[in-house]
Amino acid sequence: MKRVLTPLVALVALLALNRFLPTVLNPYYFQVLILVGINITLAVSLNLVNGFTGQFSIGHAGFMAAGAYGSAMFTVTWGQKLAAAMVAAHVSAPVAQGALLLVSLLLGGGLAAIFGYLVGLPSLRLRGDYLAIVTLGFGEIIRVLILNIDAVGGARGLPGIPQWANFFWVFLVATIVIALAVNLANSTHGRALFAIRDDEIAAEALGVDTTAYKVTAFVLGAFFAGVAGGLFAHYLSYLNPSTFTFLKSIEVIAMVVLGGMGSITGSVLAAIVLTLLPEALRAVKDYRMVIYALMLIILMITRPQGLMGTRELSWALLTGKKQGGRS
Amino acid sequence: MSTFLQQLVNGVTWGSVYALIALGYTMVYGILRLINFAHGDIYMLGAFMGLYASRWFHAAQDPSPVKALLVLLTSMLLSALIGMLIERLAYKPVRKSPRLSALITAIGVSLLLENGGVLVFGADPKFFPQLIPQKTIALLPGVAVSNQQLIVLVVSIVLMFALRMFVLHTRTGKAMQAVSHNHMAASLMGISVDRIITITFMIGSALAAAAGVLVALQSPKIEPYMGIMPGLKAFVAAVLGGIGNIPGAVVGGLVMGVAEVMVTGYLSPTYRDAIAFVLLIVILLVRPAGIFGKAVTEKV
Repeated sequence: MKRVLTPLVALVALLALNRFLPTVLNPYYFQVLILVGINITLAVSLNLVNGFTGQFSIGHAGFMAAGAYGSAMFTVTWGQKLAAAMVAAHVSAPVAQGALLLVSLLLGGGLAAIFGYLVGLPSLRLRGDYLAIVTLGFGEIIRVLILNIDAVGGARGLPGIPQWANFFWVFLVATIVIALAVNLANSTHGRALFAIRDDEIAAEALGVDTTAYKVTAFVLGAFFAGVAGGLFAHYLSYLNPSTFTFLKSIEVIAMVVLGGMGSITGSVLAAIVLTLLPEALRAVKDYRMVIYALMLIILMITRPQGLMGTRELSWALLTGKKQGGRS
Repeated sequence: MSTFLQQLVNGVTWGSVYALIALGYTMVYGILRLINFAHGDIYMLGAFMGLYASRWFHAAQDPSPVKALLVLLTSMLLSALIGMLIERLAYKPVRKSPRLSALITAIGVSLLLENGGVLVFGADPKFFPQLIPQKTIALLPGVAVSNQQLIVLVVSIVLMFALRMFVLHTRTGKAMQAVSHNHMAASLMGISVDRIITITFMIGSALAAAAGVLVALQSPKIEPYMGIMPGLKAFVAAVLGGIGNIPGAVVGGLVMGVAEVMVTGYLSPTYRDAIAFVLLIVILLVRPAGIFGKAVTEKV
């Protein structure tokens, strides 16, 4: 009963909030909220690779870009026409747009997942910093490719993407990726990933197929980064390659590390904090990024294991009851 | 043929700049296993320190080689001090933390230097004075080298040679090697590990600053974000050569510089940024520990 009820309640709540929130929040706060949702998806998806499996990836922006451009190109070339045709056939507009958005997100995510597979393959041969730098390289290559393909706008960017993503879709995806991560963490497969993170050789000796799991983690992480990119494209309705630089990857890594490697609630918390912080600092204008940087350094010095460590936020933790950490 | 040789000359010059920056990355990595992401920004600071130094010495009004040398040395000295400060204030407290936390700290320092730079120097590009008037020297028919390129080459070679002598033949240099092998054993032998780490940061920063001044001599527009891309590519160069390996960093830098200039010349300048990374991936797939890196077998 609970297995059916919980998702249903969540779905209804999301739909209700989707109706209600835009009426009470001013557009600026609403946009920040949407960005929080997208960043949660990005952070949790990167956590699958970096935090769960211990494979150090610093090219997440590349996957996001692949997904963003992939899904946007689908919508711009076919999606809009299909939506018009569906509306003409008396399908209500939100349903038609939602369905096509879903298709475009899956396509964008799929494209990113293919890249994730390609990046995951070297992880069989490379370790640690060498792997990190290869992922960074892939991210940059994807960006430069986009910059050079004229069909997607190149350096001018890609305008005119319909704004189909809304609160419902953004937070639906965020909920799905969180639920997936939580279930994964408590499953055999999740334990296998943790084992690889903690000691790859020991994991292999115990019969964990480290190759398959590492590549799977990359593919899964890339897929959701791609979906997040798709949502980003369909919310802002404009894409520019300069959004997806190395700095964007760094932002997401900062969320994962700040939250605590492997902690899902930590990632969510850090995604919220690190999205709101630069916005809140807008008041101090020129000093904004300086303060942001200083806070990052101070947080790392005072809490090197991240806000949550590898623990999860729970009632037991909040009420101070003793609780064994996972990991 | 003459075009090719000309590109080669340009590539080697540009590569020696990468090599200077890559040396700092590789030395810090060799000792701390830390990717010092702020290193590219030290290169930027070096250029700005050079700008201020040339104002103090009035080097723009009546340029002379002596003043140019003074500017270079002042910038290296100031940047070394900044490097020391950064190490003491930001990196030392996280030395015992997980490596990723140290990495995020480095990223934080990088952001701080860039945005602090915007605050202090201003976001608009500044113009580096012409310390040495440009002259072109013809090497072969169709192949020319500017005196500035020659200066870049000569200064880089001198610095690299000095570094090699220092690391191989002085007590401190030998202590550095010892620390990079094993912190614990080195400290048991009476080496002050903290001191060695600080010196490493200072030397690395001074080299990056030299690269900054040398580049500013050739392309005088300098701005606070100028360090990001060269920093990233110099790091790639260090990995290419086998990170932690000093000759590796030099070779990696040269390979990178030549490859980039060739791609710009023969393919398309827009692919220039990607080629560095394609090169990196190909080399790492063939030699996972870089050109000169030793493959380390993991012990159980």
